[in-house]
Amino acid sequence: MRYMMIVKGSKLSESGVLPTEQELAAMGKYNDELQKAGVLLDMSGLKPTSKAVKVQFANGKRTVIDGPFAEAKEVIAGYWVIQVKSREEAIEWAKRIPAEAQREFSEVELRPFYELEDFAPGAAVEAAKELGKKLPANAGGKR
Amino acid sequence: MDEAIRRIEAVWRIESPKLIGALARLVRDVGLAEELAQEALVTALEKWPETGVPDNPGAWLMTTAKNRALDDLRRNQMLRGKHKQLGRELEEEQEASGAALAARLERELDDDVGDDVLRLIFTACHPVLARDARVALTLRLLGGLTTAEIARAFLTPEPTIAQRIVRAKKTLAEAKVPFEVPRGAERAERLASVLEVIYLVFNEGYAATAGDDWMRPELVEDALRLGRVLAGLATEEPEAHGLVALMEIQASRLHARTSPSGEPILLLDQDRSRWDQLLIRRGLAALEKAEALGGARGPYALQAALAACHARARAAAETDWARIVGLYGALNEVTPSPIVELNRAVALSMLFGPEAGLKIVDAVAGEAALASYHLLPSIRGDFLFKLGRLEAARAEFERAAAMAGNARERALLEKRAGECLRGGSPGT
Repeated sequence: MRYMMIVKGSKLSESGVLPTEQELAAMGKYNDELQKAGVLLDMSGLKPTSKAVKVQFANGKRTVIDGPFAEAKEVIAGYWVIQVKSREEAIEWAKRIPAEAQREFSEVELRPFYELEDFAPGAAVEAAKELGKKLPANAGGKR
Repeated sequence: MDEAIRRIEAVWRIESPKLIGALARLVRDVGLAEELAQEALVTALEKWPETGVPDNPGAWLMTTAKNRALDDLRRNQMLRGKHKQLGRELEEEQEASGAALAARLERELDDDVGDDVLRLIFTACHPVLARDARVALTLRLLGGLTTAEIARAFLTPEPTIAQRIVRAKKTLAEAKVPFEVPRGAERAERLASVLEVIYLVFNEGYAATAGDDWMRPELVEDALRLGRVLAGLATEEPEAHGLVALMEIQASRLHARTSPSGEPILLLDQDRSRWDQLLIRRGLAALEKAEALGGARGPYALQAALAACHARARAAAETDWARIVGLYGALNEVTPSPIVELNRAVALSMLFGPEAGLKIVDAVAGEAALASYHLLPSIRGDFLFKLGRLEAARAEFERAAAMAGNARERALLEKRAGECLRGGSPGT
């Protein structure tokens, strides 16, 4: 299963001050660990909301609002996408985010992705079970 | 309580390859290392639900396992050879202060873990083991899967898998397989064995050869994880990246490969908006890495490049068939196979029409390897049908139907034979 580890911002991340050398090194080590464990799929950091803009929808009207936005805790500062075996494994990885980074974060939210099973209706699963055989491997159907 | 156990399982999954790898380096025996690690796990299962999981569970498990090793050595008085040396090392450590020991263990766990895990991969996939044994041992030692999970994944009774793993560990010990990353001439062959094991796991998940489920996404994920671990450790090996590229791109189509009623959908008919763009991006990046390392003509990189041709085409009609024909040609040079030639024939027919495809098919039709391969008459029938040679096409479809093992495929081929009789419109 896939989880997004969403980093909620802090006053510091919102201030736009870049991490120190030491903090970067600690995060680099953590990212390396995620990668070497084969769980890291994607990651990115996001600029503070002073650079952001919102488009709000209400009663058929669209309103454009420039950042910054209040409530640093509700702001997303970055994310990792990880592939793990269980919810507990996702938690375990989140707990290992190094202390040096915590200055930047207020919290990390773990959100599971929708998976194949979430979409497959009962009948489809049953039919797939009956089928129990692979595709013919011609070029058009190359797997 | 249950939550604590699930947490410990998660810790185990993360820590066990590093733990077993580090222990195997110390005791020079993968089987013994795994037993020591397992015993540490049992201790954790007893203690952690009450005390909570320690801050550094990996170091805790390592300390526990090492102490256990020392106890065993003392009790058994097996103080000779490598055991003697180990005993001395451990005793010296015990004399050091607890804090210093913990620090050293932590350092040790951090230090060389990458190399240890890589050594573990090569050992678990050693050619001295049968293929089944390599697969089971790899999932167990590197994937952190339990025997029960492996048994479930391969629809094999649990005792069979357990026995397979015990025998594999014994074989490794008897053959005195050194715990190391192979170098020089041996390395290529050993790496091929590792890649084969990972791709076998992947394919068992992607197109199950046994059982009722056509796909088992969990195995696909396990294989991808193993592949990514390998590519992360053997960064200079182009084929490791090639294999990861191939698996990422193939896995990107998981969601698009079945219809709502559960029937397989051929690649050209799939809804490409359902392809996982994140995995495609990762796959293309891994392929670039393989090629940058000079591995463009590796068998896995070539297959990944073929998969990439489809991944890059936003619609089936935009497929670069010329490049696909070239890649199959290259693949056939690297790993000659009449099945690759058949695939090339189909790709060529997409470019130049059925006549061109038919020529290649007829050239390989006599190959012994294709004697019971139902796709040969099926593809040949399709070309003949498109050329309007309906009577010959019908004979081929009937031959293919008689050879097909799968009921659905057989039904489809019989239907196509019937269409020839009615003089159905070519190109359907």
